[in-house]
Amino acid sequence: MELTLWTYEGPPHVGTMRIATAMEGVHYVLHAPQGDTYADLLFTMIERRDRRPPVSYTTFQARDLGGDTAEMVKTSVREAYERFKPQVMLVGESCTAELIQDQPGSLAKSMNLPVPVVSLELPAYSKKENWGASETLYHLVRSLLLEQVPPPNTDRPERDPAIRPKANIIGPTALGFRCRDDIQEVIKLLGEIGVDVNVIAPLGAKPDDLMRIPDADFNICLYPEIALTTCKWLERSFKQPTVKTVPIGVGATRDFLTEIGEVAGIDVSAALRRSQDDTLGNWDAARLSSSANPGASRLPWYSRSVDSTYLTGKRVFIFGDATHAIAAARIATEELGFTLVGIGTYSREFARQVREVAKQHGVEAVISDDYLAVEEAVAEAAPELVLGTQMERHIAKRLGIPCAVISTPIHVQDVPARYSPQMGWEGANVIFDDWVHPLMMGLEEHLIGMFKEDFEFAEGHMSHLHTAPHQTGEPAAAILSGEKETAVAVAEPLIASDDSKEMATDPGDVVRWTEDGAAELKKIPFFVRGKVKRNTEQFARDRNITSITVDTLYEAKAAIGQ
Amino acid sequence: MALQPCTEIPTEKPSPSAPIQELPVLKERGQREVFCGLTGIVWLHRKMQDAFFLVVGSRTCAHLIQSAAGVMIFAEPRFGTAILGERDLAGLADANDELERVVKELLDRRPDIGTLFLVGSCPSEVIKLDLAKAAEKLNHRYFPKTRVLNYSGSGIETTFTQGEDACLGSMVPVLPAKETEEPALLVVGSLADVVEDQFKRLFNQLGIGPVAFFPPRRASDLPSVGKGTKMLIAQPFLSETVRLLMKRGAELLPSPYPFGIEGTTAWLKTAAEAWGVEEEKFEQAIAPSVARATTGLGRYKEVLQGRKAFLFPDSQLEIPLARFLSRECGMELVEVGTPYIDRMLMDAEIDLLPPGTALSEGQDVEKQLDRCRAARPDITVCGLGLANPLEAEGLSTKWSIELVFSPLHGYDQAADLAELFVRSSERRRRLSV
Repeated sequence: MELTLWTYEGPPHVGTMRIATAMEGVHYVLHAPQGDTYADLLFTMIERRDRRPPVSYTTFQARDLGGDTAEMVKTSVREAYERFKPQVMLVGESCTAELIQDQPGSLAKSMNLPVPVVSLELPAYSKKENWGASETLYHLVRSLLLEQVPPPNTDRPERDPAIRPKANIIGPTALGFRCRDDIQEVIKLLGEIGVDVNVIAPLGAKPDDLMRIPDADFNICLYPEIALTTCKWLERSFKQPTVKTVPIGVGATRDFLTEIGEVAGIDVSAALRRSQDDTLGNWDAARLSSSANPGASRLPWYSRSVDSTYLTGKRVFIFGDATHAIAAARIATEELGFTLVGIGTYSREFARQVREVAKQHGVEAVISDDYLAVEEAVAEAAPELVLGTQMERHIAKRLGIPCAVISTPIHVQDVPARYSPQMGWEGANVIFDDWVHPLMMGLEEHLIGMFKEDFEFAEGHMSHLHTAPHQTGEPAAAILSGEKETAVAVAEPLIASDDSKEMATDPGDVVRWTEDGAAELKKIPFFVRGKVKRNTEQFARDRNITSITVDTLYEAKAAIGQ
Repeated sequence: MALQPCTEIPTEKPSPSAPIQELPVLKERGQREVFCGLTGIVWLHRKMQDAFFLVVGSRTCAHLIQSAAGVMIFAEPRFGTAILGERDLAGLADANDELERVVKELLDRRPDIGTLFLVGSCPSEVIKLDLAKAAEKLNHRYFPKTRVLNYSGSGIETTFTQGEDACLGSMVPVLPAKETEEPALLVVGSLADVVEDQFKRLFNQLGIGPVAFFPPRRASDLPSVGKGTKMLIAQPFLSETVRLLMKRGAELLPSPYPFGIEGTTAWLKTAAEAWGVEEEKFEQAIAPSVARATTGLGRYKEVLQGRKAFLFPDSQLEIPLARFLSRECGMELVEVGTPYIDRMLMDAEIDLLPPGTALSEGQDVEKQLDRCRAARPDITVCGLGLANPLEAEGLSTKWSIELVFSPLHGYDQAADLAELFVRSSERRRRLSV
């Protein structure tokens, strides 16, 4: 038994729904009690889909348990087939149905439907949503392609050099993070290097499309949490190599092109050169009037622009699914010049990879799906920016730290109306904006530093970007019943007494500020005051100083820097 | 813990009253697109601010509450889930020991919790985890600092708002006994605080009292019950709670529910009659509120008059709402679906429906959608899973969950209630994109 207040992932059958809903011509019959239909609203409300997910539920009740719940499964399968006429039927069960052991998959298979039935047994008490999605995709692809698998040791025929290489894009699902727009970016990247797209799956695919997967020369494993198992099977069965680099960030996008070059045996140097040659900082008529895809990102130049120097060494904490957390670590450190002070993931299946990244940066990875543990780790690391999920957005808000969202669990804000990919050149542009805007703009910060003695920067005054010192970069409220965050303590005075919830202040703290010390602290601009206060208190504690004077403040500054 | 079917409620009636209109009811059994009783936690934990709701269930349960709550993230929510793992199911871990450990962890962190509800779920009911026994054991350890109660919000036993019924039902045995046999009014069913205060003022003017509300604003602040307690029911889904209160000596005052002007007047009148309030005094007391509400409602009535409404089953409020929409807003009822019909609590409402109203009980969602599409109603009341798909088909919808979350009872909310139905069509009218 495990106490959970908020979860990062739903149960595995929700993963199956993400695959079924992503596709066309697939229907999922779910043996589940009344109430489990709540999952429909994830798709119709969060993603604002204009049709119901292709799922039929048996919705059994207590009175049915003594009777024939197995018959309910058959009825649901029959009626769903007749009504929706899918090309493939997925049949599975939710946590409660797993306990009554009706084996809905076998029941459905015994009905001799004229379409393939894929039985999904996903252990609901030990596995979670992403795993469920991954297994569903694997079983679906495998069921449909098993007959096409050549005998072992059959070599894949060489591609005719006159024919452009073909790739499958595997992994985008419903309820994924920006999958809809990522696909467009990846297609553009492939276009730049002369690679054709064979099949995109599961998003937008029909079962017939899955049947064509073996036609491609290689598979792009776009979201390993969802696609890796399937890609590995395709590699084993059809000798289709897997491109594993996830093209999030400029460096990763370049590596992605390089890896495809190697896998497909094509020359990608022109595309790589183009991505490096142009800052996109020229605004001449030719550029303005051209609709051509620039094949480069603005991120490198924007990051080198002098107004970005203030980003140097900003302490960043990263948490999300493994794919996005690992990508974010690379962008943050190599492309924006931040310092990684913490990283973690709720994707236990990919804990090893995240730990490796953590090790490179000399930090301990947080592998957990307990958001309270994550909150503790964030507070402990005292970052200046949090890159996380919606959960970390709330953690950051409570701690008064700017935050940008980089990963699922999905929220209505993560399905924006505008084009907003994470992958490819445009994805890097989006990321630059999304991560930097929550921070104070560089020039503005310098100016505030220069003029800090001015009355405008007295207590409580704030820049136009901030409604209050503690609500930096907070996007608009959520949907559904409206975000009622009455209980969230925002905008606490930074120099509050010891009972303030401020992050690094130990409630049993014996360090006190003298009157002149506190007065001097107040003169420091509010946006760095929290850090100075924290550092000074730590400095004092380390030296058993119980009373912080003006001198202590400046001694700490000299010792710690900044 | 025997599993009780959730829809087969005894049809006994407390007292023979006016002849009951026998409407034909279409009974359906198929896919039910409804929430389970766990959803009630979303509003119950706001109502009782010293209570914590611990669901003993699966990851699905945790995910459901989180999704239904619409990612409302509080500093730390006053609900959580003890997620059963494989070890619990295989009997490798003693479920009671595990639960004790989780409760300790929880109460150590939240010493402010006065009442802890252990909430049963589908999986905990199916594996027959005895939460009553667990609660008893925990009470030995934590009572009186924290009282531990238990109920089931499982989908196999409860539909959506029945979760509140089960929750309140679990509190009935611990309500203190009433000391005298003097009449006292008990309003049963959770109301928004602002609505409670409005009713309190009206009861005061009518000289009806003492008045207590159940559930109370603090779970530790329990009203007493016994002989002399007269119950006025504010929510139409409290079958079990009402029966349990009757067993403790309370008397049911059957009445329509306080939705709309007519419903509110009938509801107050029921209490006034029980207290022997003179007709003139009653009329005088309610007159200003009625006048205000009539003005407020008038504007929306014009819009709704003659429009067709189709209600999918969900919150159990469908019949009272249909009565309001038809009698006070002049709407035509295409179909009024409701998860189940408890005649004891619903007859007073059914009597007021126009003759020939198409009532349906239970659900086969695909068939019901076919009927809805064929009828092309002007407004469709349905759950969040169905709303956007129907909008995309060109039908105006009103999500039913909002009807449960918003303060809509009483005179001063009658116009708000109508406005909810007007808003979606008004939106369609404004938008030209």
